[in-house]
Amino acid sequence: MATVAKAPLRTREHKGIKMALHATHRDAGKVTVVDLSGRITLGDGSALLRKTVRGLLDDQRTQILLNLADVDYIDSSGIGELVSGFTAVKNRNGNLKLLHLTKKVRDLLQITKLFTVFDVYTDEGTAVRSFD
Amino acid sequence: MAPDTKHLEMTLETQVESVNLAEEMCLRVAEAAGFGEDDCYRIGMSVREGVINAFHYGNQERPEKKIHLAVDLTPDKMIIHVLDEGTGFKLSEVPDPLAEENLLSTSGRGIFLMRAFMDEFDVVRGKTGGAEIVMSKKLPAPGSSPNGDGGQSTSPHQGA
Repeated sequence: MATVAKAPLRTREHKGIKMALHATHRDAGKVTVVDLSGRITLGDGSALLRKTVRGLLDDQRTQILLNLADVDYIDSSGIGELVSGFTAVKNRNGNLKLLHLTKKVRDLLQITKLFTVFDVYTDEGTAVRSFD
Repeated sequence: MAPDTKHLEMTLETQVESVNLAEEMCLRVAEAAGFGEDDCYRIGMSVREGVINAFHYGNQERPEKKIHLAVDLTPDKMIIHVLDEGTGFKLSEVPDPLAEENLLSTSGRGIFLMRAFMDEFDVVRGKTGGAEIVMSKKLPAPGSSPNGDGGQSTSPHQGA
């Protein structure tokens, strides 16, 4: 039997969805490591990533390592923001690299061929030294 | 509509929050239908991308326009429709995001992702004149693995 239902227009967090992105950064020599957690998606997540990277560039920090260990979800908007950040840093003669990709994020970068664009690391020490 | 098809529909505002709402609703349907975690991820991502497409490209972020989301659950697949109130577009005119010249583009990967993550994907002209994305995922076979993918990698299907 066919049924038609109108779902109520209200937002609540799905049990598996961490909605917000959080970002903190720390220094590792000349490299700034940005620890991200949550989802990089259309809206606040992408906006925070943009603001973080642009803020670091404004502070003349052009060697940036994004730690994505706690980012388990990125949509096309988030991918676009990663690329935008990568390009913005390159345009300032800097480097933006990625650390600790989760399987879903790694798969996403592989099918979009961006795995070949970004330098990706699984060890922070190795990643930091790669900026030398 | 077949008598054993379950149908759910909702009208969404053209706003960012609608993307999460649509994803959440479809995830609940997918879980209830028996899809495993990996397939739920693929379905949720595809719904997100469909609604983002409607929000940004179809309705051009104009708040007076609506996004129409419908889900049909048949005995063998989950079918998702996302209809906008724009002017429509042709799939053949969508740039290939894997082309060398587009790799560093900051947009244009949504259609590609939906195609990759779902079993069937098409764009037709909707009843409002806008684009209607129609995509489906085959239901897991009874007794299949919890991931619903026969134990394969969680990597999406390329070129599906």
